[in-house]
Amino acid sequence: MEIFFQQIINGLVQGSVYALVALGYTMVYGILGLINFAHGEVVMVGAMLALSALTALIGWGVPPLLALPVSLLLAMAGCMLLGFGIERIAYRPLRHAPRLAPLITAIGVSIVLQNLAMMIWGREYHAFPQLINNQSHHVGGAIINDIQIVIIITALGLMAGLMAIVHRTSLGCAMRAVAENQHAAQLMGVDVNRVISVTFMLGSALAAIAGLMVSANYGLAHYYMGFLLGLKAFTAAVLGGIGNLRGAMLGGLLLGLIESLGAGYIGDLTGGFLGSQYQDVFAFFVLIAVLVFRPSGLLGERLAERA
Amino acid sequence: MPNVLKSILTHGHRQRLLFCLLLVAVLLLPFATDALLGRGWVRIVDFAMLYIMLALGLNIVVGYAGLLDLGYIAFFAVGAYCYALTGSPHLAMAYPLLFPDGLHLSFWIVLPLAALLAGGFGVLLGAPTLRLRGDYLAIVTLGFGEIIRIFMNNLNAPVNFTNGPQGISRIDPISVAGVSLNSTQQVMGITLPSVHLYFYLFLAFTLLVVFVSSRLEKSRIGRAWMAIREDEIAASAMGINTRNLKLLAFAMGAMFGGVSGTLFAGFQGFVSPESFSLMESVMVLCMVVLGGMGHIYGVILGGLLLALLPEVLRHSVVPLQQALFGKTLIDPESLRMLLFGVALIVVMLYRPAGLWPSRVRRRELESDEVAR
Repeated sequence: MEIFFQQIINGLVQGSVYALVALGYTMVYGILGLINFAHGEVVMVGAMLALSALTALIGWGVPPLLALPVSLLLAMAGCMLLGFGIERIAYRPLRHAPRLAPLITAIGVSIVLQNLAMMIWGREYHAFPQLINNQSHHVGGAIINDIQIVIIITALGLMAGLMAIVHRTSLGCAMRAVAENQHAAQLMGVDVNRVISVTFMLGSALAAIAGLMVSANYGLAHYYMGFLLGLKAFTAAVLGGIGNLRGAMLGGLLLGLIESLGAGYIGDLTGGFLGSQYQDVFAFFVLIAVLVFRPSGLLGERLAERA
Repeated sequence: MPNVLKSILTHGHRQRLLFCLLLVAVLLLPFATDALLGRGWVRIVDFAMLYIMLALGLNIVVGYAGLLDLGYIAFFAVGAYCYALTGSPHLAMAYPLLFPDGLHLSFWIVLPLAALLAGGFGVLLGAPTLRLRGDYLAIVTLGFGEIIRIFMNNLNAPVNFTNGPQGISRIDPISVAGVSLNSTQQVMGITLPSVHLYFYLFLAFTLLVVFVSSRLEKSRIGRAWMAIREDEIAASAMGINTRNLKLLAFAMGAMFGGVSGTLFAGFQGFVSPESFSLMESVMVLCMVVLGGMGHIYGVILGGLLLALLPEVLRHSVVPLQQALFGKTLIDPESLRMLLFGVALIVVMLYRPAGLWPSRVRRRELESDEVAR
């Protein structure tokens, strides 16, 4: 039973990160009907930027509790710029091109980002600096540490904030209008290009935070970390119903739980034939299963196939 | 002189003459390469042929049917591992009781089986996604490419199937009519080293693939694929069974991938998960996109250019940096991938139909108003 609780906690922590990244996919999909393949790499860039800034600031003797928010803000700013640039360069010119075109530029962008990151930060793993005394707490036999608590709370707070932006502000209203019907929104005086840019920037800011969370949780960052993370977050978005914000959150948490419970029990289930090294496989089978049985996702009303 | 030729030969004759000249040039290619650049380059040309085959296979999926497959190398891996398992001492080492001498099946038996298996994987993967929009296929294939690598890396315990990250070595060389291609042969007084023999084998396969592709392109199926690519709804209104035909394209591409995979395993004599990374899929995709989606000659050109690019970079970038900075700042490998990424973006933005486009595809990709 302790293992079960432990896996639930791990799953929730991992799931909140997936949810944040999935929001980025789902927002862009909701508005443009396009999968932003490069989103996983934005997470990676966010993690790397935050880590570099953090290491530098601490090296200059800045107190950790000040260095963390400063480097997070820097990473967010960097990622927002990146998200803006990606949309401008790779997606906007192709908005009316055949579907295949933006997919190919998207994969091109993610290859470029990955290799640029490798040139800048190298192939090695970067360790996350020890900032605070990361205390562990025992909850019903399972262990949860401070960082994990912060991750879950921050993620929930950010999701609430995003929902507030989308449903309470005029910007959010414009976003929903563009998602509903681009031309009609334009006729109503919505600056469609601006709304799309802002959507990309919002998603990228969330990605930067998620990147910092992942590297804090695992204690390291790597130029290749964005690929699998992106794939899983996309799965989470599809699981919840792509284009649906609540769905992305639900899908993220669910996928985190499925993955950690699966990794914890696959050894027992298969009699030791498959071990926890197959953890990364679960997301894929979840994706296939969702696409076969319920392509619109758990909360998606709209059919996935939109002509 | 050309005017005289023109007056003597009709158009059809000229075409045939050109084709014959080209064929002779290609047949002499390994000798020319060997004499001018050295034996190592013949091997590189052999690999280029494998890549061309792969690119032509992917061209069916991406170019004809307009489906984006980002895990194409996985099918190549399926083919390669098929032959690696059945044509090496691996089984004998892993299961001495079951297979005392290993299986050592002939390449020509494994080839169709591997093609079928790869095609089967294609169907398995395509069936759930092809009724959805193309984006889903792209991401599912992307995932599949990674998953299959995880399996290749980890299926060495408790049942040793793939030998994990070490890979499988000592795979039997391919033999044609009882002659092993891993040997030097004398034919009519001409010495043919192993790399030359493999070149001719690969050439034969490439020609076969080109032939099949071009017949497919002009067939009812090929026209249906292009109709689906251009407008799926209109195509299905015309009575085309879009799901089955998309599945067929996907499976066919996968089969071509499987065939090249078996050739690769026999040629290299060694397979490991490292050869089947996402980057390889991207490279093959790049060949198709850069060369010209849906155009056989364009894809061949793209394959040739990009297969030779890493060698060119290796021989130019490192010495250049050494001369300029005194050390290697950027390794040619990551520079190559960076260039691929940039090429994908730039080509799609400015020349979406590729370097050497087919006429139909250019019309389609360059029109601004496309029904969405």
